[in-house]
Amino acid sequence: MGTKTIPDVRGYRRPEPGTQPTYLYPPYASTVRRAPTKPLIFLPHTLSEVTGPVFGHDSISPGDDDMTRANGGEAIGPRIIVSGRVLDEDGRPVANTLLEVWQANAGGRYRHRNDQPHSPLDPNFNGYGRVMTDSEGRYRFKTVKPGPYPWGNHPNAWRPSHIHFSLWGPAFVTRLVTQMYFPGDPLLPFDPVYNCIPDENARKVLISSFDWETTIPNHANGYHFDIVLRGRDATPMEK
Amino acid sequence: MKLTPTGSQTVGPYFHIGLTRMLVPVVAGPDVEGSRITIKGRIFDADQKIVPDALLETWQANAAGKYAHPEDTQDKPLQEGFLGFGRVATDDAGAFSLTTIKPGCVPGPGGVLQAPHIEVAVSMRGLLRHLVTRIYFPDEPFNEEDPVLQLVEPDRRATLIAKSVSDQVDALEWNVHCAGENETVFFDV
Repeated sequence: MGTKTIPDVRGYRRPEPGTQPTYLYPPYASTVRRAPTKPLIFLPHTLSEVTGPVFGHDSISPGDDDMTRANGGEAIGPRIIVSGRVLDEDGRPVANTLLEVWQANAGGRYRHRNDQPHSPLDPNFNGYGRVMTDSEGRYRFKTVKPGPYPWGNHPNAWRPSHIHFSLWGPAFVTRLVTQMYFPGDPLLPFDPVYNCIPDENARKVLISSFDWETTIPNHANGYHFDIVLRGRDATPMEK
Repeated sequence: MKLTPTGSQTVGPYFHIGLTRMLVPVVAGPDVEGSRITIKGRIFDADQKIVPDALLETWQANAAGKYAHPEDTQDKPLQEGFLGFGRVATDDAGAFSLTTIKPGCVPGPGGVLQAPHIEVAVSMRGLLRHLVTRIYFPDEPFNEEDPVLQLVEPDRRATLIAKSVSDQVDALEWNVHCAGENETVFFDV
C-alpha cells in the first residue's frame, strides 16, 4: 500500500516551478550556512497539513491597522494606505485571515536591538500592525512609507523599501511570509532577497501598485498589494 | 483563472517587531486535558553554531486527536480555549521552550492512524522559505507504523523524535539542525 499516493484529504497544490525561492541562494549570503543540504522529503498532505491555526477577531485591537501614531504623536514620513485582497490561486477570497505586518521607519531604521544606528529611531513609530481580511478577503492599513536601508550582505548593499507580511491562511501548508515592495524602486534589481524568486513574473507580483482609489486627498498615497495563497487540489488524488 | 502564488521571502532579522507580540509559549493552559509536556531545544546552523534569531511555530491536535479546525470533522471532543498553535523565538543561546500537551493520534492516509506528532515551521534570517518538520514522541508504540516516519530513511528518523530528559516524564528535548551531519529531516509540503 503506497502511502505516497493515497491521501484521504483534499490537499493543496504544489507551487508552480519558479514561483518560490530555493533554500540555498548564495547571492543572499546567510542562506549558505542555514539552508538544508539534504533533499526534502515529499510529504503527501494529511489532516495535519490541511488544518492550521484559526485566529479570531479577538487577535486584533483598535488601532492595530494604523502605524502612523505611537506614544501620543505622529510618525515622520509619507503616510500611505496599503490595501488589497488575500486570494487563493483560483481567485477565491481568503476571508477572516490574520495578517501581521512589520517594517522599518521612514529613515529605514527598525525598532530592534540588532539594527544599526545608521538612521534615527522615530519615537512615534513602532513599525508593527495587524489586520484581518473581511468576508471578501480584503484588508487595509495605514502606515508611513518605509525607507531603504544598508545591510552587510555585500559591499554597498541596500534593501529596497519593503513591508513584511505574515499570514497563515486556512491551513498549515498555506503559511506564508513575504515582503511587499514599491513600484519604481531603483534598488530592486540589486536586491538578492527580491531576486531569489526565479520567475520574473512571480517576482513582479511582490511589487505593489500605486492606487488612486485609496489615495486620500491631502493625507496619504494608496498602494495596492494582493496576496495569493496556494490553491486546493481539485479532488483527493486517489482513493 | 489561475493566479500566480505570492513568493515566500525571509522573515529577516527583525521579525520580533511584528511576530513576537503574539508569542504562544504555552500552547495548553492548566485547564486543557492531556499529559503536560515541556519541549526544550536549540537550533543550530551548518557549522553547529547556535541560531539566536529563529522563530518556531507549532500546530497540533488535542489529546483526543482532534484539530481545532473546521476541516477536522472527526466525532471527537474539542476543548474551548485550545487552539493548538504555538509560537516561540530562540534566545541568545539559540534555545526555545514550549509547554503543551501530548497530542492524540490523528488519521493518516488509508485510515491508518498517525503517531502523535506536532507540526513545526521554522523561520529565520537566511531562510527564504520556512522549513517544515515534525516532532514525534519517545517510547511511542505508534511510531513504528506511522505513515510519515515510514517515508524517512531509518537512520534519519531519530531527528524527528524528541528525547526524554533524565527521569522527568514531562520534559523533552528536541533540537533542530538546519544542515550538516545531524541535519534534521525537513519535509516538502
